[in-house]
Amino acid sequence: MKARKLRFIGGYTALILLLIGLALLNICAGSADIAPSRLISALRDPDSDKVAYNIITGLRLPRTAAAVILGGALAVSGFLLQNFFANPIAGPYILGVSSGAKLVVALLLVYSLAHGFAPNSFAMVAAAFAGAMISMSFILLISAKVRRMSVLIVCGVMIGYICSAVTDFVVNFSDDSNIVNLHNWSMGSFSGIGRSDVITAALIVFPACICAFMLSKPMNAYQLGEQYAANSGVHIKAFRAALILLSSVLSACVTAFAGPVSFVGVAVPHIVKSIFRTARPIYIIPACFLGGAVFCLLCDFITRTVFAPTELSISTVTSVFGAPIVIYILMHRERRAKNE
Amino acid sequence: MSEAVLRAEKLSVGYGKKVIISGVELTAECGKILTIIGPNGAGKSTILKTICRQLEPLGGTVFIGKEKMGELSGNALARTVSVLLTNRVKTEYMRCIDVVEMGRYPYTGSLGILSDEDRAKVRDAMKLVDIEMLADREFDRISDGQRQRVLLAGAICREPEVLILDEPTTFLDVKYKLELMSILKKLASERNTAIILSLHELDLAQRVSDRIICVRGEKLDRTGTPEEIFSGDYISGLYGVSAGSFCESFGTPELERCEGEPEVFVIGGGGSGIDVYRSLQRRGVPFAAGVIHENDIEFPVAHALASKLITEKPFETVTQESFDSALAVMKKCRTVICSVSRFGAANEYCRRLRDEAEQLGILTKELKNER
Repeated sequence: MKARKLRFIGGYTALILLLIGLALLNICAGSADIAPSRLISALRDPDSDKVAYNIITGLRLPRTAAAVILGGALAVSGFLLQNFFANPIAGPYILGVSSGAKLVVALLLVYSLAHGFAPNSFAMVAAAFAGAMISMSFILLISAKVRRMSVLIVCGVMIGYICSAVTDFVVNFSDDSNIVNLHNWSMGSFSGIGRSDVITAALIVFPACICAFMLSKPMNAYQLGEQYAANSGVHIKAFRAALILLSSVLSACVTAFAGPVSFVGVAVPHIVKSIFRTARPIYIIPACFLGGAVFCLLCDFITRTVFAPTELSISTVTSVFGAPIVIYILMHRERRAKNE
Repeated sequence: MSEAVLRAEKLSVGYGKKVIISGVELTAECGKILTIIGPNGAGKSTILKTICRQLEPLGGTVFIGKEKMGELSGNALARTVSVLLTNRVKTEYMRCIDVVEMGRYPYTGSLGILSDEDRAKVRDAMKLVDIEMLADREFDRISDGQRQRVLLAGAICREPEVLILDEPTTFLDVKYKLELMSILKKLASERNTAIILSLHELDLAQRVSDRIICVRGEKLDRTGTPEEIFSGDYISGLYGVSAGSFCESFGTPELERCEGEPEVFVIGGGGSGIDVYRSLQRRGVPFAAGVIHENDIEFPVAHALASKLITEKPFETVTQESFDSALAVMKKCRTVICSVSRFGAANEYCRRLRDEAEQLGILTKELKNER
């Protein structure tokens, strides 16, 4: 019991320290390095160091905040989906939810560019949510038919491919100067997210995460199976609908602002669960949020700095870390299933 | 008179729109154990699933106390009726104590944090089911039987008025089967819980139940006390037993007897012959047995397995007639086995049977490799 408590405290402390450290690193480091002392003085007195102040508040702070908020959102979304499908490798990217969101956002962008207006960030989120729900309904249809988790995952990946193909098609045939922009976005990136976007994202992500946290109790019972939860007094239909809605909103929000970001939703919950040695939502949901934020901060830092001045897409980096974890979970599960 | 906590009236159960059993009438009383028996696929689980609201009733009503079950809130129902299911779940990073603690679900607040009282109840339940040593083990890495007991502890610490168990003995070995039965008895008598369970093991059903419900083909075939149910050939009929027979008094099955002219004669009595009968049956040797009193402990086995059986009325001294007919049968046999080691006034003629066999030179002490 004591060891468990220590593990929790240690885990949370480490996550928070990492979050602060990486956030500072992301704000300070870059093509123009800003020492922490300069950061403080610039923030204290904007007039004394205009250049630093503008870089920080205009570019780095929003980008860092976006990585924190959207990374956290992705990890929580993944955790919710894993509980819903009782499948440790379910996640918004793998199940094609992100790609569905991407498709509808791309359609909206192309349409708006052709008609000469720019959709605001809420419209982007709404479009992404619609797309996420379309993919999600396909996944739900499939999951009603198949029980094997690997089959569901393969179907999800296929849905992702279909959506990506249609997106590419749409992008290819809409000739516009902003196509390059769109293409960049469709690969996933935290760059170019403005302050208002971050605020919108925060307004969506934080309430959704709090709602998810409030579902901890029924989620915990649901981990013992649908029937168990029903016998415990969980209203299954409402609960399942809430899980789907929340995870879709969260991943839609990410896709609307940063494009599809791969594997965070699978990798982070897995790492967090194995560090904390529990899957209890009440501990894991906040830890997932922190973990997702840390993971995305780290990956975003790599995209900006490793091959500077060339910037990688965020999914390139998250895949490098995330995909091996998925393979590991699959092999681990397979071995365990054989042992039984 | 104990009060009824769960009552089903004219209940029809089934999946979708297809009714499997109709006209189900059952009453669970406080402190009483109600067992549902019946052949595989008869719908025992379907009834249980319906009376805990996992399945919608297709007709009729289930009452919890005075209220209709359909109108209860999920939480109120969860506090009153606790269910132990046999379907397997895959868990991740869940310790056994976490699973048991989930039993307190209907009592905890909106975040599911346990109070000290909750924890004490969890500890008590784990102690009762004897799984304290499993507390920190992972639920995914213990045996099926252990999992079953962990889930049972969870169901118990919910402190329900009605405990429903769907074939709870499935994964348990004989020690835990017996322990489970004594736990159920304890719950019924000490906590006044009404217990409804389905069982495959008729011997257990006969011993543990206060009332038994028999399900056969679309209806409840019979309801009654174990004594009423386990009488005559009813059980054999219920299950359609044709290969072998069913011993009503012990609640146990016997294999089919080997028909034919007896090759071996067994002088048995007092239970000493049971092993010999079973052994001969396994080898496929038709045999005769005698002289067995009809109230002898080995009578049911001999009756089920011997191709010829010479009996005597209860509590009577073995008579000359019985001796004569036994001797006639014995003389036709190749071998005689006498399993009885002590003779008394009542079976004096059995000693004479043995002496006859000895003189004929066909008596063997032990069962040799017949055939």
